[in-house]
Amino acid sequence: MSTTTEAPSEQASPIKAVPVRHPGRWVATAIVLLLLAMFVHMLVTNGAFQWRFMRENALSSPVLAGARTSLVLTILSMIIGISLGIVVAVMRLSPNPILSTTAWLYTWFFRAIPRVVLLVLFGNLGILYTRFEFGLPFDRQLGNLLGIDINGRLFGVDSRTLLTGFMAGLLGLALSEAAYMAEIVRGGISSIDPGQHEAAQALGMSRPLTMRRVILPQAMRVIVPPTGNETIAMLKDTSLVAFVPVTNELFFQLQAVGNRTFRPFPMLVAACLWYLAMTSVLMVGQYFLEKRYSRGTRTATSARRWLIFFGGGNR
Amino acid sequence: MSSALTPTPPAPDSIMVRSEGVHKAFGRVEVLKGIDLEVRSGHVMCLLGPSGSGKSTFLRCINHLEQIDAGRLYVDGELVGYRQKGDKLYELKESEVARKRAEIGMVFQRFNLFPHMTALENVVEAPCKVKRKSKAAAAERGRTLLERVGLGDKIDAYPSQLSGGQQQRVAIARALAMDPKLMLFDEPTSALDPELVGDVLDVMRDLAKSGMTMVVVTHEMGFAREVGDTLVFMDGGVVVESGEPREVLTNPQHERTKAFLSKVL
Ligand SMILES: Nc1ncnc2c1ncn2[C@@H]1O[C@H](COP(=O)(O)OP(=O)(O)OP(=O)(O)O)[C@@H](O)[C@H]1O
Ligand SMILES: [Mg+2]
Repeated sequence: MSTTTEAPSEQASPIKAVPVRHPGRWVATAIVLLLLAMFVHMLVTNGAFQWRFMRENALSSPVLAGARTSLVLTILSMIIGISLGIVVAVMRLSPNPILSTTAWLYTWFFRAIPRVVLLVLFGNLGILYTRFEFGLPFDRQLGNLLGIDINGRLFGVDSRTLLTGFMAGLLGLALSEAAYMAEIVRGGISSIDPGQHEAAQALGMSRPLTMRRVILPQAMRVIVPPTGNETIAMLKDTSLVAFVPVTNELFFQLQAVGNRTFRPFPMLVAACLWYLAMTSVLMVGQYFLEKRYSRGTRTATSARRWLIFFGGGNR
Repeated sequence: MSSALTPTPPAPDSIMVRSEGVHKAFGRVEVLKGIDLEVRSGHVMCLLGPSGSGKSTFLRCINHLEQIDAGRLYVDGELVGYRQKGDKLYELKESEVARKRAEIGMVFQRFNLFPHMTALENVVEAPCKVKRKSKAAAAERGRTLLERVGLGDKIDAYPSQLSGGQQQRVAIARALAMDPKLMLFDEPTSALDPELVGDVLDVMRDLAKSGMTMVVVTHEMGFAREVGDTLVFMDGGVVVESGEPREVLTNPQHERTKAFLSKVL
């Protein structure tokens, strides 16, 4: 501007005000802490937990192998689920009515059938295995990969049955996951301002390039958080493959120990701790992914919330 | 003509945009009802008209973001969106359309910068991925362009960290990075706070001075008067009046032009 009206006030001293007190907040904190303390006390003193027994058995080698299978199943089914989900979402948004209807039918079917039912179904129809072979581009390679993986870990089970069972479980989980991921990805893509598409096109970018460089990276911000939830849900749903049946899975193995020793409760607690630990690891991964894809946006961190909490005062 | 300008005339008399009876309808709503006009190379045409008169639609037809229903539209002597062989028209492939779009820069009312990229990344994206320029060369040129629009110190800023006027100047640099032969502006200053309009218009004025062919939809009469070589007034999907900007603004011939100008001036 060309004119200055007045000189700025000489003493711009920083504000030092007494923050608003929140007595209710501290009462609530005290109550929560008290309840927590009671809970911890119960954990330590109640004999039913049998902590030592649990510790000795929660890390036995069949259990470890089971945990590994659960983790491998989670990762593979999410990789397949996400990839296929993106394809289905892009098909769903395609101007071609045949493609979009097919995509709709896919999501309709796989979201309607409960995972347990799908898994039992896949486990019982050995024929489906050969049928799915040509449907998924990498399934033979995956199978080979897994075959080696699993043979190395299991004793006394026919590797052929196991391979089929594992594949059935993996396909059941991955195909149903793809349906949910398709909806999530579609939501993410649709949330992007059409002006982004237009700007990319006006620059001479092709459709696939626009999708890859402009639309998907932005959609990721919307896609990643629910995908994190899906991954965590998937980790837990791997316990369902016992219905296929695939028995070298975490929960089944823990239960087996409990049943064999007639001490099921500590092993249930062990299952909780296992899932808590694995989920926590996944959440760390999710945190970094979300950070990566929030480029160019400003977000308040939870660290800041703690700061404000202890600082009292402002909102 | 404005006296402050000395456009360097490239290939005199060549026509950059020629529109012959262009029609466009969305469903049953006819938006363009036969647009006839010409933009000479190196000239600046300003488009003026009430909301809904089809200005944006016409601009979008020029780089084939919309397909026209009837008439002929030429850019640099070539048909937009089609190839003519004998009497027959053949639709261009998507990749051919994209290649032609790459030669036409477009600037939007709402900037449409890529929010997940910094200013420089926005500018180098298309040269690298579409023109396959080397990263270093594109970055070098990108820096020069950002400096040219007065944003040499904002190279690493994300769009969300820039004011509207700065974002629009990045958007102009992004379009220029493709070395376009034609620039389309769709109300580039309408979304800006009044005090930021000037910076953007300055950049556009410099661009016009450097000899760029421009089609500008704008309600900035001062800009149209000073920079424009022609001013076209559109209403209801037709060109109502066109001519030398000062002439049209001070001495409009048609009632509709008069009515519109009396409202905006
Ligand atoms: N994709 C579309 N589908 C349907 N109708 C459309 C579409 N795009 C534009 N229109 C209609 O076409 C008419 C002209 O729109 P256009 O955006 O070209 O007007 P404009 O002159 O740019 O107006 P403004 O000054 O408000 O930007 C409007 O009535 C609008 O509703
Ligand atoms: Mg418009």
